[in-house]
Amino acid sequence: MKILVPVKRVIDYSVKARVKSDQSGVELNNVKMSINPFDEIAIEEAIRLKEAGTASEVIAVSIGIEKTQETLRTALAMGADRAILINATDSVDVDIEPLAVAKLLAKVTAEEAPGMVILGKQAIDNDMNATGQMLSALLGWSQVTYASKIEVDGDTLNVTREVDDGLQNITAKMPAVVTADLRLNEPRYVKLPNIMKAKKKPLEMKTPEDYGIDVSPRLAVQSVVEPPARAAGIKVESVTELLDKLKTEAEVLS
Amino acid sequence: MAEEIERDVMEFDVLIVGGGPSGLSAAIRLMQLAQESEQEISVCLVEKGSEIGAHILSGAILEPTALNELIPDWKEKGAPLNTPVGAEKIMFLSETGAVSTPQMFMPPAMHNHGNYIISLGNFCRWLGEQAEALGVDVYPGFTAAKTLYNADGSVKGIQTGDMGIQRDGTPGPQYEPGMELHAKYTFFAEGCRGHLGKALKAHFDLEKDVQPQTYGIGIKELWEIDPAQHQPGLVVHTAGWPLKPDTYGGSFLYHLEDNQVAVGFVVGLDYKNPYLSPFEEFQRFKTHPKIRATFEGGRRISYGARALNEGGLQCLPKLTFPGGVLTGCDAGTLNMPKIKGTHTAMKSGMLAAEAAFEALQENAESPAAELTAFTEKFNNSWVYDELSAARNVRPSFKWGLWVGTLLTGIDQVLLRGKAPWTLQHGHSDHETLVHKDKAAPITYPRPDGKITFDKLSSVFLSGTNHEEDQPIHLTLKDASVPVATNLALYDGPEQRFCPAGVYEYVEDESKQDGSQRLQINAQNCVHCKTCDIKDPTQNIVWVTPEGGGGPNYPNM
Repeated sequence: MKILVPVKRVIDYSVKARVKSDQSGVELNNVKMSINPFDEIAIEEAIRLKEAGTASEVIAVSIGIEKTQETLRTALAMGADRAILINATDSVDVDIEPLAVAKLLAKVTAEEAPGMVILGKQAIDNDMNATGQMLSALLGWSQVTYASKIEVDGDTLNVTREVDDGLQNITAKMPAVVTADLRLNEPRYVKLPNIMKAKKKPLEMKTPEDYGIDVSPRLAVQSVVEPPARAAGIKVESVTELLDKLKTEAEVLS
Repeated sequence: MAEEIERDVMEFDVLIVGGGPSGLSAAIRLMQLAQESEQEISVCLVEKGSEIGAHILSGAILEPTALNELIPDWKEKGAPLNTPVGAEKIMFLSETGAVSTPQMFMPPAMHNHGNYIISLGNFCRWLGEQAEALGVDVYPGFTAAKTLYNADGSVKGIQTGDMGIQRDGTPGPQYEPGMELHAKYTFFAEGCRGHLGKALKAHFDLEKDVQPQTYGIGIKELWEIDPAQHQPGLVVHTAGWPLKPDTYGGSFLYHLEDNQVAVGFVVGLDYKNPYLSPFEEFQRFKTHPKIRATFEGGRRISYGARALNEGGLQCLPKLTFPGGVLTGCDAGTLNMPKIKGTHTAMKSGMLAAEAAFEALQENAESPAAELTAFTEKFNNSWVYDELSAARNVRPSFKWGLWVGTLLTGIDQVLLRGKAPWTLQHGHSDHETLVHKDKAAPITYPRPDGKITFDKLSSVFLSGTNHEEDQPIHLTLKDASVPVATNLALYDGPEQRFCPAGVYEYVEDESKQDGSQRLQINAQNCVHCKTCDIKDPTQNIVWVTPEGGGGPNYPNM
């Protein structure tokens, strides 16, 4: 069984995101970019399934600017076998929308015929949490979201999901689209010789036109603003004053 | 922990430690020479930052001399030199006023015509791309944890840091042992006070014929300012207030593109008062009536700090030892009166590359152990001439700002750096603090959150991040020294000289008697190395944390 792992290049989680002064988006020039952490977990899971003998090949795919090659090289250094980059834009500021991404991934899935697609539950840049769901709908495959444990048992998939009130164990029929949650695994550190080997692994360059998919946006961003700064607090002199302010100013007590 | 674990080994012709201007220029030069003579050479560069440029912080004004030699068509190749220096000012500040130095009295070294205001981080990112395109194996996110030696005592290479070691020192579930990188020559280009460079200087006694190095700490912020206040290309330097005349230091203020201003403050680490806080001096500087207006209505977008070498030629160690060399700021090639070290660091890397390439040409299998040709090339280069002309400026300030300025005027304007004498620096920086009872405490104004800030909100903007579950990388030789000496005699100066809030004296709850203990917030560390330099007891030893940790500076 092949496993397809879509990965996204996003602003690094340790970077303090800053909104551009024209409010058109988050500043991404000369900012550290890396693999979306949930996608990194997805890659790790696919590699573990391969190491366990369940999967035969792990293919990483990404959609974005040419530099996204670096993100795919990371996936290859971790242990993916080969990669595909669909070069859909030249601008780091263009975010390809989930529906276009899902349509492209459906085409890649049709070509590669994997038994499973594992991807992050969401990207940490736009937090859409939509691509996996859209992809499963387009493919007509089982949809398993927020996975924190995956077991493949022949044609069925036993998955533990993280839900609001605890853990949910479900079984699903293969083929399936699985989205990875934080606790699915802890990704490995990349070894230096593997980074070198990753440079020699195949990385195929494609365009959206190759798949006949229109990636032009359907959403218009009106403005992006930073959360309002928290107003400074005040010191109260006594408990009585505190209670008074909670009643009359904050109006949280009656 | 098991010391005898089996480590993977990789072999290279040349290994470079550090992806700054010096290391990257050396890597590029090696590849160019190999291509010109149609030879194969394997060059590996490791960098502890999460990516090339992540740990780079400088003013910065670039004098493009070395770049013109290294990559003459840098413009076509898209080097990020976007803002030529325009108007220039040097001001001496008093608490309320400022006197500008007329252009004619400015030492020639301080003229910046033909230079560029840049982000050195972005410049290094670009150099990194050039190096990779030429075939250098560039590995960011990997630390050089220790130097490896051959049986004959020569340097064999380095061992990269282990990953996934837990706080208590034991391997965690993700443990990945570091590997050995061996090379015929290892270039140490870690920047100022590199931790391997420091150990090598001691191991090979490289400083035995020179004076102790003297350092400064530079603290920098990047601002996006009101377009009405912005004047692309404007360069302002100040001396004087808020520092007392007995403390060496000053500010820089550079107007870049996109309404950005780089503002920073440098304090010589030979300062004497343990109550002095370079961070607070910098914050206070921004409130000067001649400075404040630049930042009114603006927004601070980044923060960071880094130590720099100020010693110059008198402090330059022996550059070579069997199996390796020191280049750039790891050796100490910064030109203090120019307040620039990028061009000299680049050139020293390029010269080391040429020496190594020639040695490999002569004997590819077992080339000469020590690259003495590097020292010869260095001594015959313009870097040496520059550092020689600059050598008397910094030490003249040991007599204070006014005498230093006068002597600098005589030395630089009248004698053009050709004085027949060489001034001495005197002490090592860790020896200069006076005891707390002989020093006047300094009260700094509270931050206003608009122009001035506290340390924690500042460190937040550096993007510093360290995996939490790892051993503390600010190590103490003796855990009892901080309270018994640093706190008792100097009132805990590490709380003030650290620009990132790493060191705090807090109540020792285990004792219940109100006594204090030193808390080390290692995750805040911005890798500036000031503690390793200024700790009066030299008890703090900076070692590499897990690879990829540390600041993530954008555009610094």
